[in-house]
Amino acid sequence: MSLKKVHDDQPKVFKFSDENLKKVEEILKRYPEKNKKSAVMPFLYLAQRQNDNWIPLAAMKYIANLLSIPYISVYEVATFYTMYNLAPVGKHFIQVCTTTPCLIRGADKIVNLCKEKISPNENEISKKGNCSWMEVECLGACVSAPMIQINDDYYEDLDEKSTKEILDSLIQDKPLKPGSYRGRNNTAPEKKQSVNGENHA
Amino acid sequence: MLKPENKIFKNLYNDLGWEIESALKRDDWKDTKNIISKGREWIINEVKTSELRGRGGAGFSTGLKWSFAPKEVGSRPHYLVINADESEPGTCKDRDILRFEPQKLIEGCLIAGYSVNAHVCYIYIRGEYFREGQRLQNAINQAYEKKYLGKNACGSGWDFDIHIHYGAGAYICGEETALLESIEGNKGQPRLKPPFPALVGLYGCPTIVNNVETIAVVPTILRRGGKWFASLGKPKNTGTKIFCISGNVNSPCNVEEEMGITLKELIEKHAGGVVGGWENLQAVIPGGSSMPLLPKKICDTITMDFDSLIENKSGLGTAGIVVINKDQDIVACMARIARFYKHESCGQCTPCREGAGWMWRILDRVVKRKATFNDIELLSDVTKQIEGHTICAFGEGSAWPVQGLLRHFRKEIESRCREEPLIKKKSNNPYLVDQHLLEKRNA
Repeated sequence: MSLKKVHDDQPKVFKFSDENLKKVEEILKRYPEKNKKSAVMPFLYLAQRQNDNWIPLAAMKYIANLLSIPYISVYEVATFYTMYNLAPVGKHFIQVCTTTPCLIRGADKIVNLCKEKISPNENEISKKGNCSWMEVECLGACVSAPMIQINDDYYEDLDEKSTKEILDSLIQDKPLKPGSYRGRNNTAPEKKQSVNGENHA
Repeated sequence: MLKPENKIFKNLYNDLGWEIESALKRDDWKDTKNIISKGREWIINEVKTSELRGRGGAGFSTGLKWSFAPKEVGSRPHYLVINADESEPGTCKDRDILRFEPQKLIEGCLIAGYSVNAHVCYIYIRGEYFREGQRLQNAINQAYEKKYLGKNACGSGWDFDIHIHYGAGAYICGEETALLESIEGNKGQPRLKPPFPALVGLYGCPTIVNNVETIAVVPTILRRGGKWFASLGKPKNTGTKIFCISGNVNSPCNVEEEMGITLKELIEKHAGGVVGGWENLQAVIPGGSSMPLLPKKICDTITMDFDSLIENKSGLGTAGIVVINKDQDIVACMARIARFYKHESCGQCTPCREGAGWMWRILDRVVKRKATFNDIELLSDVTKQIEGHTICAFGEGSAWPVQGLLRHFRKEIESRCREEPLIKKKSNNPYLVDQHLLEKRNA
């Protein structure tokens, strides 16, 4: 179960932008007319993208009105799913996978680097570079472990050196490219193999 | 080893390009109209002949599942739902299909949709796979442009539409009824079965839910024949399977192989061997984190298929193989998995919601050498109280790995336990306070 706290400082009003209102129409077309409640999850994503990657309560009320469903039906969905941020996150939002396959390849070292470079605690926005980080459960890129997700992108096959470079690039607001940091072709086996696992963090 | 000509996913690493033009060169969408014109009966029978078992973890016969859908469409429409909510630790096969072989999936959706009388298909992708979802949407758009989808899809006379629905970071939505709840716009909490989704599923209508890999192999099976697929692998465990090999191996990778290949061959030939050599192997989780681990002794000889793993009190699951060598603390590894389940329990059933936390806290005490011998009995009891007492299989999924640890590494656990409790005086903590909550003030 997610352990999420709603942000203290809430904006009073929320409205979809004109561009998003067009998307709303498109999303509603995907579901049967009488089942438009299905659109609540895509709408929450729209609200999150429009509002700097977090969802204020006003947006939940707005979506409830839009779909003619009770406010609590939106609220319970927004609090159940971990990807809906209910408090502000950094412009560069770093999610570190720490589940076992990443852990045994050194995810704890990446967590330490985040503590050192971004902020000592999770979900704290850094003073330099507007970043925040958190530990998350399996992100589904286990053969590319250890890995992190920054906003929408996966950064894979990391070690301490490459993680440092990536975090530094975020602090300077010039993010490096996503993908494998051992230069390998997606999830293919590598031709040049490490012998004693020196290749990971 | 699997012969190259028998490989189904030729573009697993994107060597050839994902776009529809290169997919067509790999024989995707070849004779689809012809296949569909042979009729539902023929398709379902051919899938039954192939003995294809679902690739999402449970290993249920796909042909049989399709035959559960009502033969005639009544007052309610039928739906096809594809489960791309891949979140099992150790598993990342569907991601590569979504990224690099999307046309196989889309073609499979059309054929499966026709077979179960569905005009609409929802593909439920986990929210973290945002880029993969974009890629799939591009591929769907390309298929619409070629008139392979939409009205009279692929000239078959069948109207068919595919929509993507993103999840939002809930592992439990990989359970089929929780997934349906999630599409309906609710919290992802599983439903009681029966009624099964094949009769009462999405919006109360007959719904067939299949894994990405299951659907993506169907077009190839129908083109090359069910007998061809059944000739690969072992009886009742036929065909090929994408294995994800992660953890302490020299070259972690995804690889398509024949079912029933030995685990040792898989690790040594494809994944460059265990870090520190085969002798340095401690244990292997053979099918994603829900499946009990296997100690080295069993790993020496085990073959990777549904039935031989069940014989060894484990399971093939999603075929996400996590290799753990002797440099790792096995209890810490499993404690982390217990924490995963604690975090992901949907909270609907008490044994799972509370028990998952118990298991994690006791294992955490063992790691920190603060547990007593009584704790081992307690841990074993908690796993038994969860197993079989929950609505969905999450209860088993969380209890089995801990049971596996107790079965094979009891000595290791005992060596870290003490006779007397560390704190004899009762501490002042309020009743039922969850340590996990105390540690994460900012969560």
